[in-house]
Amino acid sequence: MRFPSIAALAVVCLMLLAASIAGCDKRPWNDPYADDGVVRSVFYGAFAERPKHLDPASSYSESEAQFTAQIYEPVLQYHFLKRPYQLVPLTATALPEPRYYDKNGELLPADGPAAEVTEAVYRISLQPGLRFQPHPAFARHADGRYRYHDLRPTEVAAHTTLADFKHTDTRELIAEDYVYEIKRLAHPHLQSPVAGLMGKYIKGLTALADKLRKEEADNHGFIDLRNYALEGARVIDRYTFEIRITEKYPQFRYWLAMPFFAAVPWEADRFYGQVGMKERNFTLDWFPVGSGPYMLTENNPNRRMVLERNPNFRGELYPARGAQGDTAAGLLRMAGKTMPFVDIAYYSLEKEEIPQWSKFLQGYFDVAEVLTDSFDQAIQFGVKGEAELTPAMQKKGIKLVTAVEQSTAYMGFNMTDAVVGGDSERARLLRRAIAIAVDFEEMISIFRNGRGVPAHGPIPPEIFGYRSGQSGLNNYVYEWRAGHAARRSLDEARALLREAGYPDGRDALTGQRLTLYYEAVSGLPSGKAQLNWYRKQFDKLGIQLVIRVTDYNRFQEKVREGTAQIFSYGWNADYPDPENFLFLLYGPNGKTKFGGENAANYHNEEFDRLYVSMRALPNGAERQQLIDRMIEIVRHDGPWLWGFHPMAYALNHVWYGNSKPNLMARNTLKYKTIDTALRTRLQRAWNAPRWWPLLIIASLLVLSGIPAWRSYRARQRALAR
Amino acid sequence: MMTYLARRVFYALPILLGVNVITFVLFFVVNSPDDMARLHLGSKHVTHEAVVTWKRERGYDKPLLFNAGQIGAAQITDTIFYRNTVKLFLFNFGQSDSGRDIGYDISQRMGASLAVTLPVFLLELLLTITLALVIAVLRGTYFDTWAVVLCVALMSVSSLFYIIGGQFLFGKVLRLVPISGFDGGTAAIKFIVLPVIVSVIAALGYGTRWYRTLFLEEINRDYVRTARAKGLAERRVLFQHVLRNAMIPILTGIVVILPTLFIGNLITEAFFSIPGLGSYTIEAIQSQDFAIVRAMVFLGSVLYIVGLILTDIAYTLVDPRVRLQ
Repeated sequence: MRFPSIAALAVVCLMLLAASIAGCDKRPWNDPYADDGVVRSVFYGAFAERPKHLDPASSYSESEAQFTAQIYEPVLQYHFLKRPYQLVPLTATALPEPRYYDKNGELLPADGPAAEVTEAVYRISLQPGLRFQPHPAFARHADGRYRYHDLRPTEVAAHTTLADFKHTDTRELIAEDYVYEIKRLAHPHLQSPVAGLMGKYIKGLTALADKLRKEEADNHGFIDLRNYALEGARVIDRYTFEIRITEKYPQFRYWLAMPFFAAVPWEADRFYGQVGMKERNFTLDWFPVGSGPYMLTENNPNRRMVLERNPNFRGELYPARGAQGDTAAGLLRMAGKTMPFVDIAYYSLEKEEIPQWSKFLQGYFDVAEVLTDSFDQAIQFGVKGEAELTPAMQKKGIKLVTAVEQSTAYMGFNMTDAVVGGDSERARLLRRAIAIAVDFEEMISIFRNGRGVPAHGPIPPEIFGYRSGQSGLNNYVYEWRAGHAARRSLDEARALLREAGYPDGRDALTGQRLTLYYEAVSGLPSGKAQLNWYRKQFDKLGIQLVIRVTDYNRFQEKVREGTAQIFSYGWNADYPDPENFLFLLYGPNGKTKFGGENAANYHNEEFDRLYVSMRALPNGAERQQLIDRMIEIVRHDGPWLWGFHPMAYALNHVWYGNSKPNLMARNTLKYKTIDTALRTRLQRAWNAPRWWPLLIIASLLVLSGIPAWRSYRARQRALAR
Repeated sequence: MMTYLARRVFYALPILLGVNVITFVLFFVVNSPDDMARLHLGSKHVTHEAVVTWKRERGYDKPLLFNAGQIGAAQITDTIFYRNTVKLFLFNFGQSDSGRDIGYDISQRMGASLAVTLPVFLLELLLTITLALVIAVLRGTYFDTWAVVLCVALMSVSSLFYIIGGQFLFGKVLRLVPISGFDGGTAAIKFIVLPVIVSVIAALGYGTRWYRTLFLEEINRDYVRTARAKGLAERRVLFQHVLRNAMIPILTGIVVILPTLFIGNLITEAFFSIPGLGSYTIEAIQSQDFAIVRAMVFLGSVLYIVGLILTDIAYTLVDPRVRLQ
């Protein structure tokens, strides 16, 4: 038994392995990529969650949008640089201006009363010459017949990936593709999340859904939607189409910038609708077909997703103008140049934060979100409390980009609850006292590392209607002191509580301690510590907070059924309009009664009336006035503790250009630039392998074997005696 | 032997049915079809009609176990349980709730799981048995004492620590291998080196101690003393007698886990971003995809039963006294 020789063998094996890992090229050993990132302009990103849907009719989540927004093209998009957010044409020739008609079909002025409008018409003209990505659905025989539209199941079964279909082709994007996609929203099989909502607006969409449901009962394959008329969407000519909606709804234009309204060719549905396709996982949900700057060439969400430049993309010019400070920030260096700049984008699956963060530091991801685990390593706060990079990050040339998200995280009271809800002064004072006691500034500091802005109302910054400074102060909870919003004192909160009939947190009539119930979802990252913190906040007033931790489903069910008393909720903007936040407090959107998004079931007649007026107004003084009044009403009633607006902290490597955060636009990959040579140089400098510790490990193994060997020999000799 | 095997396969059917019933009940106690629909449809603008359609499309609009609205056999067959279970016994896993073919996904992911679990299994076996033999030979010496202490120390550390520590040391500090990721073909080697090393080290303490105990039990038996008394070399005593006789408990432990290698390791796959079946199951639980959960539990049960049968067969190979009847 030669133990030392085993150790030596291990060393040799390790060296051979190292040699095989290193290969013959000069790439670092720990480089996780095996591509030509040196030659082409390549973006390296990560994703944590498998996208469920890549079909634009079904897709709605952020994790999906990072792919779908690069592939599909709606008619409009958000300007990449300008703030506040502005819509600009994408495939349209101009922003569509709605025309309003009354019940007699008479044209109404644009600023006419919304109540008289029975139809709003959006006519959209498209740029000619736009083309879809290469795809087998477009491939034809010489005689014009589609090559892959009438495949037998056995022929389908012969293909494993889309690349197995040898022939591809393209065609021009036309108005019918947009109308076709609008009809797809009604397709019962696709289960578009906005089908119900759009059914309220787009004329005939609900009726079409009913008709298609009956049709689908008999026909599980391809339903040619071109044969179904839809009153609310029709083709005018090859490059023009019209959408008709049932009321004045200025926010509808924002929907036209979402993938739900992107162009989808009928050929794709025809191709994927063949028998056997779904069984082979050939669906639009898996292999999208778009006209955007990129196309998905590898969809392996278990490992990686790859977007490559669409060879048929027309080329779009980088914006020539931006917001103030953009020129100084170098964001207009590429002005007027043809996009996209990145040739190929690799998104690797990274489920855990730690490896993702480590790979970012090694230069193998171009961008990273600053998460709780890595926060202290990346961020420090300056003397004025401003966030800045730690010296280690600065040394690497990493850039910090921060932005307040267009979202609100709030704590809601169930307004149908007998204790905290309702319109009584007693309940109102109780809610107000709690609003003062729950210190969201502290919460942001402790649990979010300062990544948030305390909210004074439902509307987040950078959205019309939001007011900053003293004019935006929630006077019921804060007071203006030395140029800053300062939370009112606990004494004031206790006085309010006393006035409400709960002196020191006890019911004045019964003497019983006031007990409230908070519904929480189990498994949240901050977990128990945060729940204890909530308990302490209520305890400041002598109120006992009982926390009911439950799973996500039960939590949703309780909120839906109105049995939750206090709960935390949040909302991310669909579009940058105050309507998209104020509708969360609109009475007819009550969750319990109407299944809407008003989770607090708040109802105030004046607020509801103002909401209807505000919704139809263009941004301007009149609208601001209405919003101010609405905000005052809800601050007074206090159905929510306004919580905070989260802040996104992102880190970019020095080679990653044009990284202005745009929280409304998702199709931003086309604007990005990569300095490939710099990345390669830094990656090599940062990742030179250190192999000497292997020798130490091997030596230790050998050394540890020596006493064993000696003991063995000694025992052998002892036995011999 | 064939009769025995046929009987074992026959016994497996009620076990699999029972596993299915338990999985089904547990899953639907926690998640109603409405919950599943809402999770799949997202949290925004979800209407009741959308929930109803989602359930109908996937057959979740049926009663769970008993359909009182039907007559005769349809009371049993026209239920979610029956419709989903029967196909499983034919190894038709059907489609996931998100519309993917589960059988195809399993076939795609199995390779990635095996790429890690198989080398881990072989290396772990080789190293632990070798080390256990060495320690057993050196029993009662300082080496033995310190080896046992080291084994206990290795056993006491969480597997998560090995993973994070391994990524930190080999991937980040020494920069010898990628921290995480996966690739196909030979390119996979550089990605599986680290998870394999980490998994082997993590299992070293427990395995070595376990085999050491087995070997010590054998080493003190009379036949070993006899072998030594007749002058056999220690190497022959160990490899020809001790190891061979210790094979039965060793086989009990290893053959039964052999088929489950296909299932992969949940934590390792998650941390190293290995697209295997372990992460597939975790994702399915998180996304409340009952079709995948049911398929994976069924597959796991089948593989476990296969493992038990293989163990029985292996007994007959290593111990001529054992006969399967």
